[in-house]
Amino acid sequence: MPDILTESEARALCDRILSRTTADGAEVRLLSGLEGNTRFAANQLTTAGEVVDAEATLTARFGQRSASVSFNSLSDAGIDAAVRKAESLARLSPEDPEQMPLLGPQQYLAPGAFFDGTEGLGPERRADAVAEAVAQPRQADLVATGFVERVARSTAVANAAGLFAYSRSSLASFTTTVRTPDGGGSGWAGGTHNDWSRVAAPAELVQRAADKAERSVDPTVAQPGPYTVVLEPTAVGNLLQLLSFGLDARSNDEGRGAFARPGGGNQIGERVMDERVTVFSDPEDPDLLERPFTDDGLPVGRTTWIEGGVLANLAYDRYWADRQGRDPLPRAGGLKFAGQSGSVEDLIEGVDFGLLVTRFWYIRGVDPRTLKYTGLTRDGTFLIENGRVTVAVKNLRFNESIVTMLNNVEAVGEAVRVVASESGGLGPAVVAPPLVVRDFRFTSVSDAV
Amino acid sequence: MSVTRREFVKHTSLAAAALAASSRSELFASPLETTLLQDISAKELCMVALNAAIGEGVEYADVRITSVRNQVVSTREDRVAGLVDDETIGIGVRVLVGGTWGFHASRHLTREEAARLARAAVAQARANQRAALDRVRLAPVDPYPNGEWQTPIEEDPFAVPVEEKIDLLLTANAEALRVRGARFVSSSLAFVRLRTTFASTDGSVIDQSLYRTWPSMNVTAVAPDSSDFQSRASAEVAPMGLGYEHVRRANLFGRASEWAEEAVQKLSARAVEPGQWDLVLDPSHLFLTIHESIGHPTELDRAVGYEANYAGTSFLAPPEEVIGQFRYGPEIMNIQADRTQHGALATVGWDDEGVPADSWPLVRDGIFVDYQTTRDQVHWIAPLTRMSRSHGCSYAQSWDRIQFQRMPNVSLLPGMDDYALDDLIAATDRGILIKGRGSYSIDQQRYNFQFGGQVFYEIRGGQIAGMLKDVAYQGRTPEFWNSLDMLGGPGSYELGGTFYDGKGQPAQVNAVSHGCPPARFKQVTVINTARAE
Repeated sequence: MPDILTESEARALCDRILSRTTADGAEVRLLSGLEGNTRFAANQLTTAGEVVDAEATLTARFGQRSASVSFNSLSDAGIDAAVRKAESLARLSPEDPEQMPLLGPQQYLAPGAFFDGTEGLGPERRADAVAEAVAQPRQADLVATGFVERVARSTAVANAAGLFAYSRSSLASFTTTVRTPDGGGSGWAGGTHNDWSRVAAPAELVQRAADKAERSVDPTVAQPGPYTVVLEPTAVGNLLQLLSFGLDARSNDEGRGAFARPGGGNQIGERVMDERVTVFSDPEDPDLLERPFTDDGLPVGRTTWIEGGVLANLAYDRYWADRQGRDPLPRAGGLKFAGQSGSVEDLIEGVDFGLLVTRFWYIRGVDPRTLKYTGLTRDGTFLIENGRVTVAVKNLRFNESIVTMLNNVEAVGEAVRVVASESGGLGPAVVAPPLVVRDFRFTSVSDAV
Repeated sequence: MSVTRREFVKHTSLAAAALAASSRSELFASPLETTLLQDISAKELCMVALNAAIGEGVEYADVRITSVRNQVVSTREDRVAGLVDDETIGIGVRVLVGGTWGFHASRHLTREEAARLARAAVAQARANQRAALDRVRLAPVDPYPNGEWQTPIEEDPFAVPVEEKIDLLLTANAEALRVRGARFVSSSLAFVRLRTTFASTDGSVIDQSLYRTWPSMNVTAVAPDSSDFQSRASAEVAPMGLGYEHVRRANLFGRASEWAEEAVQKLSARAVEPGQWDLVLDPSHLFLTIHESIGHPTELDRAVGYEANYAGTSFLAPPEEVIGQFRYGPEIMNIQADRTQHGALATVGWDDEGVPADSWPLVRDGIFVDYQTTRDQVHWIAPLTRMSRSHGCSYAQSWDRIQFQRMPNVSLLPGMDDYALDDLIAATDRGILIKGRGSYSIDQQRYNFQFGGQVFYEIRGGQIAGMLKDVAYQGRTPEFWNSLDMLGGPGSYELGGTFYDGKGQPAQVNAVSHGCPPARFKQVTVINTARAE
């Protein structure tokens, strides 16, 4: 069996799995592909891995009863064992009043999310990338650590009602943290895209991180309190992705969300943020290139969540949409904060006094009622005075609501694809601009470098 | 690091038969696994890979054939929200060539693929040499040619009928919703079984079956006018390295109404006044503080900078300036790392490079004395610790990930005096009692933290004086641990734990437990999380 299943191979395998079940209804999801990663630390390559896997998830239904099994043994015997298990579990399951009928055939968008050059980023090319990355820090007496990762995969969804969806995608990222040998300075840089050729060169990213590391030594202390901040795109992405958790219609309708309306219902149609905030999802956006369907085959199109500061949409699963008499609206397709013009440097020029933040770390919710989170700055935090960066400051802990932050926007720069996950992993696509935000609340100083 | 929970259910009696069998020949005894290894045993397949690696001239190689089963039955109010079964099996081959690692893994369990993986891993290791500097050096380990170990469970969680599990959860949910004001409840039973055949060129062949079990519940109360909502999780019920007996003893049904009542009480609890407070931390909360502020800083790979790009480094560095010198806390503070502890999540027979489970002190009488290590790290600090062998902290979450240094069970030992939680409260004039884990965040060197809990009680004049809400405490690790002034005794020691500790790139999860008695900390900074501060 090939490593990445083609559309016809995936369709044939889905049909083979579906044909072996006697359930009233069944659906199958099939993932297959390659995953490769290479790590470096102390200016040298440390470990690397290359993995071939494929996994099917079968959901068997008997009336309103259902159960799912996932398995990666895709021989006939393996499929039969999984089918027996799914069917017996489904029969034992209580009836689920919220289970919706299987979707019939659907039409999907076709984002060009697969790039051969990304698939070809195998162990040898990744070792070359690391060799390129560590050359300059070795010369400059700096210490580089980092990670390069790529996946190339296909996803298919099929069900007994005739639905079939298929897409291929590739994704790569390069992230690096460069530190001074005494641990007194640290800088980070990273990039990600479906197309490896659109990720900045490793040497360029290492250079950015090295500059930050060298500039971040001997930090001064910025006393905790509200600050005007220039958030680099990665820092915005770190927080923007958390907005997703607030965009579920049901939890808001049930009174336990940040966009719940006191007394019942939700705030769709109401102004909830600054008018410069527009956030949308779109699988076909060239910066997002996400899968155009959900795990159960529901098409994913362009959805604007926040339009000019107004809550335009919330996500409705099929059950809740049916209850509310609406069309379902999946929370998928990446997340893009529509940018304006201007670089980080341009935004800095417009700030008299404030802080520049490279990225955030260990972000955790502290109050779901307001989407308030805590976390810390990391790997490059600087003081801005009279429109320019003057000195490094020690890292700071923040306690801030995402909604409040997006109400306090002062300026919006040009949006770029960012590595939004703290782990540097290949998560859902996030595109964010640099922002100037007033009154961003820091609550304590950290000694961490 | 949040991690997707993959779920599965297994209920047939065949699983019970598979569990009862601990010999290697029966390791892969369930029907699904038999089909995967139809004409070759796991051990034979390991030997194919090792022989291919040896033929390529490796210095060292190891092979892991691992099957991971995850089962979660989850419910919401009066219905089943998820009944899912997840099983993955595959083979991973790690080789050391010219001082550099290579690793390839595949789901295809055939002789041809095992040999291909070994050759590809060798080619990769050779390619990796172009960006290498230092040679990897492995500490010695004894061979264990017939190693076998299994989590000592009393009742196989996969043999319990799924109807029984659903009934247990829905009955407990109904009990929670009988409490006036409790609007929503979710509950789940999660089980993991991780079976591995490990073989290495050092002569070890080791079979292990690890089990993990986690019953949990979360009750949410919503104010009548939707102006507020508060949740209470079953924080006192820890995930454990035990079988279904842990579910029975957890007694979700018997405790559901108490958790529901506390969720409702939280709606009208007094907002905490920010400032300096004495804290009495219950083991259901303190375990995670230990995890974040002691477990992670004592990881040697962090201390030397290997995790700088994600998990971070450590304030406990460089090793030559802190081992045997750094005062972590008062003399009553003793921290033990232990992979042999009964019922704990990181307990094993051997680690993922064939090193037998170890137990050793990290902090003795308040002084930091040692790190967590794997075989390739030992020589970094051997002159400082005089320890020539690994402490056995190698772990990979599944067959498709490279094993690396992960946290063992790290625990705060109880005090000499047999104090109970009530004794700590009685001895406190003005303080806050915190139970259960809440929001946890700490910086990348493990200095500055902010930790929350599930429920908070004001202590006034040695007595509980009502519930507080919106409490979190902030601090700096060394000062915080040096403010420890009172410990519960052996009778108050409890195990907490987490299924999902994230580290590494690509991120891997590790399950780990932390034992501790209740403890008191003096004059800690407390904030009100609902206010703008």
